[in-house]
Amino acid sequence: MEKTSNSSVFLLTVNGQIEGANFPDYDNLYCKYCYVYGHDWAPTTVSTVEKHCITQITSKSSQSHKLIWNFPLETTFKSTNPSGWPQLVVSVYGPDVFGNDVVRGYGATHIPFTPGQHIRTIPMFVPEPTWRLQKFTGWLLGRRPEYTDPKVVAHGEGREVTRVRSQGFVTVSFHIMTKDMKRMGYDTGPTNSSTVQFATSSQSRDAQ
Amino acid sequence: MAASSDIREKLRMKRRALQDTLVKNKNEDDIQEAEGSDEDPGESLRRTLRAQREKRKTKLLEQPFVQDEDVGEVSPTQYNSPNEGPSSRVDDSVVSTRPPTGSQRGVSVKSEQPSSSLHLDTFVTRHLQEKLRAARSKGESLQQQETSKDSSEPVSRLQRLKDRDTITRFDREADPVSSGRHDDPLTLRSRVKFQEQARRVEKDFPTTEEAYNFFTFNYEPDQPSKPESKSKMRQKQRDGVEEDDRDENGQEEAEVEEEDEAEEDNQDQNEFQSEEAPLVRNEDNLFVIDHLPQDFVEVRKAEYVGFKKRVQRDCELLFTPSFRAVPTSVKLPENTMPRFLEDEGLYVGQRPAVSLTNKNISENRILKMAEGSKWFGDDGKILALPDPIKESSTRPPLFHMDEELDPALQTVYRKAMKSQYANLYIAGATDPEGDYQLDVDVSGLIFSHHPLFSREHVLASRLAQLYDQYLSRQQNNLTGHLTEKLNGLRKALRNMMRIHGEQGSSEALQHRISEYSLEVRNTRQLRDLEQEKDRTLLRSIIKVWKEIKSLREFQKYTNTPFKLFLRRENVDRALDEWEYEGEILKEVLELEAESEEQYQKKLAEYNKQLEDWKLWRKKQKAKQKKKKKKSQTQDDTEEEQEEEEEQDQTESEDQFEEDPVKPEVPERPDIDSLERWVREKASRIRRKPGEAILVPELCTSGGVTASDLCPRAEVARREDVSRRSLFIKILYNYKEVSRTDSCSLSTDFRVHFGQIFNLKVLNCPQSINLQVFEEIGSSYSLLAQVFVPVPDPSVVTGRAPIEEIEFSSNQHVMFDHEGVGSDVPLSFESDGSNKLTLLTSGKLSCCVSWGIGEEGVPLAPPLSQHPGGTHRGLGHLDAVSYIGASGLYDMKKIGEWAVQSRLDPNDPKNTSIMHLLKVASSGEVTAPDYFRLEHLQEEFNFVSDEEMESSKRFRLLRLRNQEAPEFRNYKFVPLLEREVSDKVFQDYEKRLKDGETIDTRQHLNPHRAVVAKYLQQIRESVINRFILTKHHYQLSDLVIEEEIPSIGILGINLFKLAESKRPLKPQRIERKKVTAQNLSDGDIKLLINVIRAHNIPIRKPQSSKPGQSSQSAVQGSDWYLSQVQVRPFVEVSFQRTVLQTTTADGPNPSWNEELQLPFNAPNGDYSTGSLQSVKDEVFINIFDEVLYETGPDDKSRATSIHTQIEKHWLGSVKIPFSTIYSQSKIDGAFKVNTPAVLLGYSREHGNTSVYDQWRSTQGGTFVRLFITVEPQLVPGESVREKFNSQEDERLLQASEKFEKHAAGGYPDRPCITTVIDLSGKTIFITRYIRPLNPPQEFLDAFPNNPQEATSLVARYVSLIPSLPDQVSFSATCDLLSTCDQFLTLLAGDEQEHAVLLCNYFLFLGKKAWLIIGTAIPEGPTAYVLTHEQSGYFIWNPSSGQFYEKGDTFCPLQTVGCLVNSDNVWFNIQENPSPLHTNFDITKVKMWKPFFSRSFSHPGLSSVQPEELAYRQTDKAAAAELQDRVEKILKEKIMEWRPRHPTRWNRYCTTTLKQFLPKLEQSRGQDVAEGHRVELQNLLGDYRISGFPLHLPFSEVGPIIEAVHSTGVHNIHSSNVEFALAVYIQPYPNNVPSVWVYLASLVRT
Repeated sequence: MEKTSNSSVFLLTVNGQIEGANFPDYDNLYCKYCYVYGHDWAPTTVSTVEKHCITQITSKSSQSHKLIWNFPLETTFKSTNPSGWPQLVVSVYGPDVFGNDVVRGYGATHIPFTPGQHIRTIPMFVPEPTWRLQKFTGWLLGRRPEYTDPKVVAHGEGREVTRVRSQGFVTVSFHIMTKDMKRMGYDTGPTNSSTVQFATSSQSRDAQ
Repeated sequence: MAASSDIREKLRMKRRALQDTLVKNKNEDDIQEAEGSDEDPGESLRRTLRAQREKRKTKLLEQPFVQDEDVGEVSPTQYNSPNEGPSSRVDDSVVSTRPPTGSQRGVSVKSEQPSSSLHLDTFVTRHLQEKLRAARSKGESLQQQETSKDSSEPVSRLQRLKDRDTITRFDREADPVSSGRHDDPLTLRSRVKFQEQARRVEKDFPTTEEAYNFFTFNYEPDQPSKPESKSKMRQKQRDGVEEDDRDENGQEEAEVEEEDEAEEDNQDQNEFQSEEAPLVRNEDNLFVIDHLPQDFVEVRKAEYVGFKKRVQRDCELLFTPSFRAVPTSVKLPENTMPRFLEDEGLYVGQRPAVSLTNKNISENRILKMAEGSKWFGDDGKILALPDPIKESSTRPPLFHMDEELDPALQTVYRKAMKSQYANLYIAGATDPEGDYQLDVDVSGLIFSHHPLFSREHVLASRLAQLYDQYLSRQQNNLTGHLTEKLNGLRKALRNMMRIHGEQGSSEALQHRISEYSLEVRNTRQLRDLEQEKDRTLLRSIIKVWKEIKSLREFQKYTNTPFKLFLRRENVDRALDEWEYEGEILKEVLELEAESEEQYQKKLAEYNKQLEDWKLWRKKQKAKQKKKKKKSQTQDDTEEEQEEEEEQDQTESEDQFEEDPVKPEVPERPDIDSLERWVREKASRIRRKPGEAILVPELCTSGGVTASDLCPRAEVARREDVSRRSLFIKILYNYKEVSRTDSCSLSTDFRVHFGQIFNLKVLNCPQSINLQVFEEIGSSYSLLAQVFVPVPDPSVVTGRAPIEEIEFSSNQHVMFDHEGVGSDVPLSFESDGSNKLTLLTSGKLSCCVSWGIGEEGVPLAPPLSQHPGGTHRGLGHLDAVSYIGASGLYDMKKIGEWAVQSRLDPNDPKNTSIMHLLKVASSGEVTAPDYFRLEHLQEEFNFVSDEEMESSKRFRLLRLRNQEAPEFRNYKFVPLLEREVSDKVFQDYEKRLKDGETIDTRQHLNPHRAVVAKYLQQIRESVINRFILTKHHYQLSDLVIEEEIPSIGILGINLFKLAESKRPLKPQRIERKKVTAQNLSDGDIKLLINVIRAHNIPIRKPQSSKPGQSSQSAVQGSDWYLSQVQVRPFVEVSFQRTVLQTTTADGPNPSWNEELQLPFNAPNGDYSTGSLQSVKDEVFINIFDEVLYETGPDDKSRATSIHTQIEKHWLGSVKIPFSTIYSQSKIDGAFKVNTPAVLLGYSREHGNTSVYDQWRSTQGGTFVRLFITVEPQLVPGESVREKFNSQEDERLLQASEKFEKHAAGGYPDRPCITTVIDLSGKTIFITRYIRPLNPPQEFLDAFPNNPQEATSLVARYVSLIPSLPDQVSFSATCDLLSTCDQFLTLLAGDEQEHAVLLCNYFLFLGKKAWLIIGTAIPEGPTAYVLTHEQSGYFIWNPSSGQFYEKGDTFCPLQTVGCLVNSDNVWFNIQENPSPLHTNFDITKVKMWKPFFSRSFSHPGLSSVQPEELAYRQTDKAAAAELQDRVEKILKEKIMEWRPRHPTRWNRYCTTTLKQFLPKLEQSRGQDVAEGHRVELQNLLGDYRISGFPLHLPFSEVGPIIEAVHSTGVHNIHSSNVEFALAVYIQPYPNNVPSVWVYLASLVRT
């Protein structure tokens, strides 16, 4: 393998789904997502990663107040450098009172490092209008402040100039597989502490 | 085991019997007895007992409940009991008590009760407990029978053991599993643990089957074994306990237990005061069990859970930590004494302050946690890091409540000054925490006089003063001292006298005696003085006291609590008298001796004098005897008389003046009078014998009359006193550092502060000043200042005594009440005499000393540091300032400093220095030769620096991070070192190398090379700045937000809501702009719509006969009709892509074709900045397609004719991509750059040969284009970074406002008032305009024709190469260099050209302005406007051409503003095109001036030099350059024709060479015909096509590019020949004009 490929890479496969969201005040929301990754990363399956993907619109039921999308994610990244580890950027949109499509939240999370199943709850926020009147007119005209690019939330640079308000949560589940990471010297595997603990407890039980 | 099971069995039987009886008593028809017999009684009991609950409760309270309850759980401890025999019995008995518990569980296991029926269960248990008690008592009796020995109190003993276990053993129990098991809750005692366990059980409890199995099968055998194993474990734990010792051991333990039990009982009793407590406990136990039988379903009524129950349940679930302090023993492992690290010398930081309650709560909470003890340190405190909070805030608080800030604190904005020292090393910031501390203890102050003193106070304070004096005199006891000294001297004198008397006198002794006696006399006098003082003091005390008393009587109230007691010490009168007399006697004797001695002395003198006198007398007598002869008798009487006289004279001490004095006979000392005098004196200064000794005692026990009993004036005074308060400001080095709290003045005029101020001092103390302020209401005034001496370093807090420092003030205060005031004459006499004036004064008790550090180190500066007493420097706190920056390299100095500053070696802050010192002192200088501030940095480096340097991968990563242009967007840095190829760095290294070495070969000209290098440097610095600013974000960069609509717009928007969705006249919607970063390769396309062209030159007929060519051209209408004039097509090339339109016919073709060219950004970077820096240009070339029949081929002559296509270049348009990008679309007619001479073509159309000459040159070829980028890119915004400026802030604001206003009103008109110079400073644009001299030779060339000079100058300016700033500086940032810079750099954009041209015109005496506007194709640009008699002219500075104002072909589209050296005018006319613009700037309605009457011109000086100096042209260099360019071009053309031989027609070349200077002379005008004719004459047989190219010269590259774009080399006919000539005309300052004449010749 090493000899055949001209450059060594490691692979990160992400499966999972955007399970749903909890936005107490809003309904009929849909979600856009994209990945943000560094220079040394590239998605191998271009189809899902290249642009923003959009989920269906979901509404709350009378029983549950959760919004469920269950939108599958499936991507494989190849990389040579853990710097710029991919992040999932999620933005949620939905109609306001007047039916204008406005943004309901931005959020980002790093794709988990360790192989296995992970559930991430991403807190969502939106930028705040710079002053009250703008807030009112924005509400009236259905034009809330938006980020120029949802990917902004994946970077720290320049964020100090914005003010945001938290809106709700999006739950994402990941199933992570990695390939060749350990071989390349990056050990992100689970620690063995749990197994060790198990052994000790069983020993002590035996002692009784 | 057998025994135990037997007993268990027995007990079970008995219990069953008991139950049976009970069951009989109660209702026997129990429905629920489905299973077994055991639960029946339980069930019945539950029912029955519910009724008896109340009764039971009272009973239970009486019973020792704990015992009952816990008996079942005691068993394991029994193994520790004494000897083998009894122990086994006890064991048995105990184990026998166990089954009930078990069976009880069994009961519940089998019972059908759901777990919720808790209260029933409690009754069951209670009942069972009773039964157990009964059974146990039986068991006990059994046991007692068997074990007679230890039968005394088995139950209580068990209890003890059990308790013991709880407290001591269980805590040690290390096995959480065993202790946590539900079958082992035995030793758990505390409620919480019960709860925990219950919960755990619930958790652990997996299935009912398991539980069932457990309780049915495993239970019996397990039960005994478990305690056994457990006890074994315990035995293991108690190492050192021998089998033999068990006896004693056990007993000891029992004793211990007894004590514990007593405590426990007490506690228990307390607990049982509430009835719930036992219930809870039982419940806990049963809770566990009742969950087990879930196999059975029972339908019951819903249970109501009472409030109390709920409270109980809450108690189980909730844990409220106690407020009480936790004893240290609990927190520490057992038998460990708390260890205090600080005492052991380890560094322990100050713990953060936590309130005691919170600390206790958290400690209690932690203790409840699993492994809670690990949170406690060795000292029994919760582990805590040192307090990170600094003691004092680093900046003083500013108190201002919305009012104006103190003007001294107002921020003053000052322009940044360019400092020449800016790059000097500045020592690091000092450590704010100084090591030196000055403690100022202000304990209080006492007024000795205060304006508010009443008269009584004045007297009282005087009394107090006198008393103080008295006390101090008493203490010193000077009188006593002197008396004793006197006695001693007297004794010595007496001894001497005795010796003297015995042995006779010697000279020395005599002398000593006299000395002694002198001494005695002096001492006596001193003593008398002191005694007198004492006496008067006492007397005055009494006098003042009497005055006070009389005053009090007079005013009928008392103000002061002073009372003077005179203690009378009675003395033994006889002794006293004897002593008194003795003293007087001694003194009298001494005085007598003294006076005797004096007398003797006087007598001796007298005798001597008498002798003299007698001698003189005899002489007199001898004279008189002569007279006596007259009467003898008279003489006798006379003599007698004389005798008498003598006597009298001695008595009366009178003498004759004239005569020598007859010496007086010294008076014999009068002993009596002496004694009288002595007595008198003694009575005056000493107390009389027998008189009691008066000891005054001043006390403050007297009462002060209450205010309501006092007269009004006094009440007013007292009120005044109560209103006043005092505080003290502490000034350190004349700066207020602190102040005390304001303390109110007490009625006795004492103020107690008792405050200690710790001053962390940084600069050396020069003065410590305490200012006493008096506060009345809100105003306060300075009373007095007290200067406290700076203490010696040895004066340390704690050892320094409190000093009283007097102060006074000369304030003049008067009151209308009883207060006496200050500086006011005051009299105590009734008649007003004997006035005295009192000033406010008092004593301040304070103490200033150096503080003591944590380790007892005085925080004083070392004495050695301040050699002068006055200069006590403390300025050596910081290492850098002490040693000096250079000293940081000197280990020795650091060491010295460390010693002197007494660094705490244990303080973690100092570890680095200590480490360094240790390394340094260890001998070899292994320490680095630099001072490391962060010595841990190395540990964070994951690879060493060398490795970092050598690794290619790391280098790549770092370069990318630094945003080096080559690597800014480098993707996939290889993961492994070996996969990084060396090629990656080649470009980068080459660039680095290029930066250093100048490639002269490429630049052809050393000067240009230097300039290029300079330009490169500027570019780099600017780029770096822009990279920095790129990381500065504004809100608008991140967030899209609607502008705040004004009310009007809001209304319109609201109106729009009602608008129809599809209006009849739709408005054009702007394309959506795409942010650049989302793009990738292939996304962007350049759309070029070639619409049509005008006025393309037409071919001239090729006449083989020279001479008649022109004739035939004009006349021969045959070719005109038969032959196409021209077949032009357009070829567009951009980034190596070449596309062309179809070929059209005629000089005014219409293509209307859209060409799509792909665009690739450099390095795949589609960021705005990168796109802006794209240098590529779009070449739009117009060619003429010419078909030549080469004649029929030899082979297939009948069937085919070969035609050769040639394309002849006619002209080109160049549009830089940056222009397209910044304007997003370009639409218009572009003037095609056509060569001055186009061989074989003419511009004349048809027969219109008579054409205005000027018109013909101006009316060139035009091509109409529409160019845009798809998708539309967001054009880069200009850099918002506010550059620093030397301009006045007001001017900058005004210009900002002006530009903003202009942009608001007319967004499409550019308005520039400020520009940025090369050093990056904002400069007002008018400073650039100043008349400047053009090269003298231009002026001299046409002295009589100013018009010619003007055009020469314009041409000169246009010859300077143009280089857009946007390209060079990668951002839309206008840098405007001054004219001398421009001429040095020889590169600049239109603005610089325009400024230079404008300045030249001004020098030539023209009225000239700079036009800021937009033009095609440049976009925003600058032109020059001149005003002459014939009207206004607009000059294009980069081409040197001028247009009349009304010229429709003027490329200037809009006129934004005009600039000259005085002002800026903004165009506010309707139509901004120059055609419609009125250039009369005086009209305010058309031009808005920047400087108006309201804001006048501040007299801005120019940034331009006064005069431009020009370097003379270097003809030789120009010639050399000419040759080189020619050679290069020839090589290139040959290179471009790799498959064809390139032949050069020498003859033609030389001819062309002759043409070129002429072209230069005529500036490319109207020599075409001549050329053609001449050439035709020379080369008759050739079909010539060619043209001269005229270029400004910057580098060879553009020339090559231009030659290549003409496509001359593409003629592939076999018999083609080429001609190429280059001519360079040098102009001053190395501005060359380059001409390239290209021609292709085909032999016909």
